[in-house]
Amino acid sequence: MKNPLFILWLIVAAALTFGLARLVDNAYFYFAGYVVLQYIVLSTAWNILGGYTGYVNFGIPAFIAVGAYSTVVLHKTTSLPLVAMIAIGGALSALLGVGTGYLTLRLRGTFFSIATLAMAVVMQTLVTNWDFVGGSRGAYIIRPATVQYLGINYIEYLFLIMLGLSIFAVATARAIEKSRLGFGFATIRDDELAAEASGVPTLKLKLIACGLSGGFMGMAGSPLPYYVTYLDPASTFSLSYAVNTIAMPLIGGTSSWLGPILGAILLGTLQQVATVTISSAVSLLIVGVLLVFFVIVAPKGILGWFQK
Amino acid sequence: MSGAQPILQVSGLSKRFGGFVALADIELEVKAGERLGLIGPNGSGKSTLVNCLCGTLRNESGTVRFQGQPMDGLAAHQRTRLGMARSFQLPRPFGTLTLAENLRIPLLYAVQTRDSMPEAAIDKRCMDLLRMVGLHEKATRLPKDLTQIEMRKLELARAMAAEPKLLIADESMAGLSNQEVDDILALLVKLNEEQGITIILIEHIMRAVLSFSQRLVVLVAGRKIADGDPRDVVRQDDVVAAYLGS
Amino acid sequence: MDISFDLLGNALVSGLLLGGFYAAVTIGISISFGMLDIVNIAHPAFILLGSYIAYIMNANFGFDPILTAIVAMPAFYALGVAIYHIYDVSFERRGDTALRGLSFFFGLLFITEVALTLVFGVDYRLVEAVYIGPTLHFGVIDLPLRLLVPALVSVALMVCLHLYLSRTFIGRAVQAVAQDPLALRLMAADPSRIKRIAFGLSIATASLAGAVLIIIQPVEPSIGREYIGRIFAICVLGGLGSFAGTLVAAIILGVMENITATFFGPSWAPAVAFGFLLLTLAFRPSGIFGRA
Repeated sequence: MKNPLFILWLIVAAALTFGLARLVDNAYFYFAGYVVLQYIVLSTAWNILGGYTGYVNFGIPAFIAVGAYSTVVLHKTTSLPLVAMIAIGGALSALLGVGTGYLTLRLRGTFFSIATLAMAVVMQTLVTNWDFVGGSRGAYIIRPATVQYLGINYIEYLFLIMLGLSIFAVATARAIEKSRLGFGFATIRDDELAAEASGVPTLKLKLIACGLSGGFMGMAGSPLPYYVTYLDPASTFSLSYAVNTIAMPLIGGTSSWLGPILGAILLGTLQQVATVTISSAVSLLIVGVLLVFFVIVAPKGILGWFQK
Repeated sequence: MSGAQPILQVSGLSKRFGGFVALADIELEVKAGERLGLIGPNGSGKSTLVNCLCGTLRNESGTVRFQGQPMDGLAAHQRTRLGMARSFQLPRPFGTLTLAENLRIPLLYAVQTRDSMPEAAIDKRCMDLLRMVGLHEKATRLPKDLTQIEMRKLELARAMAAEPKLLIADESMAGLSNQEVDDILALLVKLNEEQGITIILIEHIMRAVLSFSQRLVVLVAGRKIADGDPRDVVRQDDVVAAYLGS
Repeated sequence: MDISFDLLGNALVSGLLLGGFYAAVTIGISISFGMLDIVNIAHPAFILLGSYIAYIMNANFGFDPILTAIVAMPAFYALGVAIYHIYDVSFERRGDTALRGLSFFFGLLFITEVALTLVFGVDYRLVEAVYIGPTLHFGVIDLPLRLLVPALVSVALMVCLHLYLSRTFIGRAVQAVAQDPLALRLMAADPSRIKRIAFGLSIATASLAGAVLIIIQPVEPSIGREYIGRIFAICVLGGLGSFAGTLVAAIILGVMENITATFFGPSWAPAVAFGFLLLTLAFRPSGIFGRA
């Protein structure tokens, strides 16, 4: 399937999703749907680096936070539209990705992963000590009730934005998979020495993957302040973002764009249900256990069950 | 093609790992179109030399010139793009890619950076290369399905896919049957004679190296101790001592 | 910010003691990451497990935390052996230690944290012992036993491990497995078995590290994460697997953190370790004593 056709299919799927949401017409559906969509973007973004090139990023909250806190700053200082804030948050987050990659990717792969863990804590400390965005007390964002020119509730608008970002992320991931870049990423995952010997500029490609991955995570985080209306460092840097974002592609399957979507929808929905019916701590425990279970028992994820 | 112009010039090349001197002051010239054999006991620095030539390791001192151009500071992938390809002693295929896709990588990343190739030409070239090494029927298989000799052939085909002017074949034919060794040697000679590719062969099996090489270089403990006609070199006392133990 | 000598001196001394404690926390990682090349980012979770065991025994039966930890060490060793077995079969032999192996440990870290939260809540827990509270005074310098005892226990632990690794056959095999698995196989030792023992040892140290942690500070389930950066910073800076290097790096970090906390405020202290780690990875990945 050619890319334009694929994007058309994605848009149709998105339109159906939004139509369904309008039909249900329940604010909870939008709130829950937003979270699932956000995880589609996050896990797709993570998989561009993790699944395609094999480099594990644990610093997901740091990238989300760059997007979210750039929105807080822009909200306080400008009257930019949300879409522009997402673009800025994404760009800053992409820079963070490239910067981290540049500093650590020339070393052994595991150092990159450890560095991303460290980076999240450094960022959290910086934000906690940054009074302009509320410091440890957090920041309140007043969410407009409606979006005038579309004539819909703001939560519907956020849902729509996240739907658009999901299309963007998934279409990008799929386009990479079938391209020269995608083949280059795969050689990095398989054998970097052999990749270099075959003419693949591994460092450059890894930086591209870091930038793309970080950029999408930042974009996913940018609307977050409007969604939660109260943003504090402790919950923004929560480990559950990292666990979910890593678990979803690994459970769905890392080899293809479909894996992260499968993982995000299944795990995201499961968590929404478990949080309501049991407790949020138990639902997180389930995610952790599933993650460990899948990496041991089903290394190819759910997608692996359908391949021979 | 087989002019007197050196394709590769190595001068004063040294490499140390901490306090251990892996290569000391290596001088080496390879003429375009030549078939050079490089031998030496285990740990003599052969692989280190290959890695320094290809840019996988950085040498502390000395220079490597390829077609007259200094290679200092050029990464491995840049050297491959300029026309220097290598095979690895232990085959390192891309495990999640099919055989055809394995060969696609150098075409996309080395050949295409020099001149553009339409998609159909790439596919055809992959199949031609697989046919050359007799793996065309397994084009859509994964490397894990290959035997040891097939793996070696894939490794060579991938190096050839980069369309090199100089091929550094770090071979390890130990464990292959005589027939299989001859197959690989025949392939290498054919590449050299028909396509004019300069080849440096690194190999342990003396019979193979002798039948292949026009010139033989011997490394012992990081130093070059002999360089010349294979028949003369193997009679040299220090070479005999290094191989048979003194 | 007024830099007084007393303040600086005390920050230095308690930083030194803190460093001793950090060495105990790191030593497990020096074995697993430094010697075996297993990136066990879940190590702090096992340390916390040690803390909570010390807490339970102390709160319910009044047992001494350090004695409890020593008694619990065989159980931790067994846990480590079991985990290495899973890791070996599922990831090392499949050649997938990077993506899935790392995620496995990340999952373990997370499960432990959430499970501890479910059982104990997010309240800080602490232990009681005779040496928590009293402080020795030398002129203007204070030596709180709460810090001194953990530092001494750490040094004792390091000395024991060092003797074990350098004097026994298995210990030497552990050091060999890092450098040359082939040579080890020639010695007719099974690398898997040696690694299993070594990983078991690394987890066993977490029992003791957990006990000294809860002596030094009250614990809650999420503080383990703060230690990830610390222990990897120390381990890398110390030169991966060198005990002497680990101790020196741990002391440097302890002193730096303490000075930062004293003069800039405790909320900046966590960034010191992680910033340190980032800088180390970026500019001196071979450690302070390594050849660049």
